Amino acid sequence: MAKRTRSPLGRALGLGSAKEGVEPWLRERAAAVALIPLTLWLVASIIAHTGDGYAEFVAWLKTPVATCAMILLLVALFTHMSLGLQVIIEDYVHSAAKTPSLIVMRLACFGLLALGILAVLRIVFGH
Amino acid sequence: MLASPDARDRPRSPNIQIYRPQLTSVLSIANRISGVFLSLAAIGLVAWLVAAAEGPQTYLAVQGALASLLGRIALFASTFAFFLHFCGGIRHLAWDAGYGFELRAIYASGWAVVAASVALTVAVWIAALFVMS
Repeated sequence: MAKRTRSPLGRALGLGSAKEGVEPWLRERAAAVALIPLTLWLVASIIAHTGDGYAEFVAWLKTPVATCAMILLLVALFTHMSLGLQVIIEDYVHSAAKTPSLIVMRLACFGLLALGILAVLRIVFGH
Repeated sequence: MLASPDARDRPRSPNIQIYRPQLTSVLSIANRISGVFLSLAAIGLVAWLVAAAEGPQTYLAVQGALASLLGRIALFASTFAFFLHFCGGIRHLAWDAGYGFELRAIYASGWAVVAASVALTVAVWIAALFVMS
């Protein structure tokens, strides 16, 4: 009975394309585009500060541009990394380990992101 | 996908063992391998930041490890993996935007990725060694 009273729209919702399937793909690309300037900045900064001591390193990371860029880099990096590794796991892991692998991988990415941002803030604002 | 009910051992295509490597397929898998390698480098980046947050001693210890032969090999490999993934990624973004699908363009961009990755890796290390001296 319940089935017969459902509207055609109600039956269709949740099945098939919800026009959201492309979202993770698009987010991976958006993060990739953000990573172009951010990673080039990091590489250029590392070159410019090769051989620096601890005080110079802290002074560099304390500049507002470096602090913001490093945090944005970590966000874009672990977003892109999580989505990229997800595709690899989905392509190559066909056993029951697939879902646990995806969960562990994503938790690790979020954990590393939090750890990285916390480290940057500790360096910038002292202990 | 879980194993199908009819789980007979069927032949698979492409058969990797007898498949002649081409620039296209090699760069395709290289993009994935470099991505996985860079994930390890990303863990290293966080470890480096955490070491710096702990204080000068731990920071200098990590800097010392990076300056060792093994550390430099890891850094050099990371640099090359980064530029391979970076250049290959830009190639992929162009494809995603609908450009460069002609066979000639695919091979031209493929060799450009290889050449640019090698050139940029060497350039970065020359620049870094120049700054250090």
